[in-house]
Amino acid sequence: MQLSTRHLLGIKELTPDDISLILSTAEQFKEVLQRPVKKVPSLRDVTIVNLFYENSTRTRFSFELAQKRLSADTLNFAASSSSAAKGETLLDTVNNILSMKVDMVVIRHSATGAPHFLAKHIPAAIINAGDGINEHPTQALLDAFSITEKFGSLKGRKVAIIGDILHSRVAQSNIHLLKKMGAQVVVCGPPTLIPKHIQAALNVTVSYDLKETLEWCEVANVLRIQLERQNQVLFSSLREYRLHYGINRRLLDSLSKPITVMHPGPINRGVELDSDVADSHQSIILQQVENGVAVRMAALYLLSNRNNA
Amino acid sequence: MKTILHNTDYLEAVVSLAGTLLMKHPGLENTVLVGVQQGGVVLGWDLVREIKKQAGLKELELGLLDITFYRDDFRTSVLAPDRMNIPFSIEDKNVILIDDVLYTGRTIKAALDVLLDYGRPGRVELLVLADRKEHRQFPIQADYVGLTVPTEKGQKLKLVAAEGGGHNLILRDS
Repeated sequence: MQLSTRHLLGIKELTPDDISLILSTAEQFKEVLQRPVKKVPSLRDVTIVNLFYENSTRTRFSFELAQKRLSADTLNFAASSSSAAKGETLLDTVNNILSMKVDMVVIRHSATGAPHFLAKHIPAAIINAGDGINEHPTQALLDAFSITEKFGSLKGRKVAIIGDILHSRVAQSNIHLLKKMGAQVVVCGPPTLIPKHIQAALNVTVSYDLKETLEWCEVANVLRIQLERQNQVLFSSLREYRLHYGINRRLLDSLSKPITVMHPGPINRGVELDSDVADSHQSIILQQVENGVAVRMAALYLLSNRNNA
Repeated sequence: MKTILHNTDYLEAVVSLAGTLLMKHPGLENTVLVGVQQGGVVLGWDLVREIKKQAGLKELELGLLDITFYRDDFRTSVLAPDRMNIPFSIEDKNVILIDDVLYTGRTIKAALDVLLDYGRPGRVELLVLADRKEHRQFPIQADYVGLTVPTEKGQKLKLVAAEGGGHNLILRDS
């Protein structure tokens, strides 16, 4: 069994078999993470550079830990403390790093398509750790892994994605993945934060009513309000957002059945999620973080095949 | 394709291996069994059944060991892993590593690496159904051998499911 691709640019580019292979491999890596020695030698001859042109805590740590657990050598690059600040182009930066014999590149960039651009121009395997408002494939894979772990399978699952769909690469990757694996998807949020043609383009149902959406779903994947990407006024205030789309204990308790709550982090506590929901037994937010390492190990492992190069 | 052992002969070999093992470790005192995926797990479960019968044990577990993440030839093709599950502590135990065929010794070398990531066994012994002695590439020998099979390099010796149940040990040119 092999992946059909030599890069992980987006869920869009993966087949359902690719997704199943990554998820089943991740299950074995999760077992590795429970052992006394949480490390395997698989990638001991592989060097990986982490290029983070955008801030990140969880994703960067998760990738770095996954690489260390696989025995890979890693280089870390943060745009703010590098020559990129002196005006070096992305391609120049990467070519310079590659001449130091790097096999794989993990990249996060604010520009949509930056990983695809690199994949076209350099011989290393590229993994997208989030590009602009396009995709964040490893987040969608770890969300899918967490849902599968809890419910047994994705097929037929009722998943709601709630909040800022417009600016969210997490939403986009999740929708592609869930649809490919046969889940049902409803996106819910204020009309200004849901792209106009999403229903037709991605074959999802749109709802503007939070209560109705929560009543329907088994899993609610709640997204962060991306304060840094709001360059126009799309809702009047955080207080108003919270009033209509914030999830609190009282709302969850008013539903006819308990649902599972997910969030990719970082949480704006008291905006999209209240603490008494985020920290409750209905939330699997910390399991998502734990599963992220296993899923990224699987992706790195499966993409490390030299015959692909 | 040549059948080296038909199911009945295979099961006879299992009976004899179980007997030898119990002679050395009566009642499997302080001893655990670990099968190497995939042939070693098949043999492992057959051994478990036979040992329970011979020693009158009610419960006997089998650890499942997968070497995929530890292979030395993995870079030529990435392989999807099998299930790994060692549900008991191996600390200071006699660990009986079980595989269907001992060939170059590379699989067992990797299996030892895996095992050490689970703890520090007191002693590790190797049990195999079939030994392809003349092809060893590592200094590894088995403590319990069902039979020695003369083979040529490149041939494949494997435990496979037999029609109508059970398992056959077959030799294939490929």
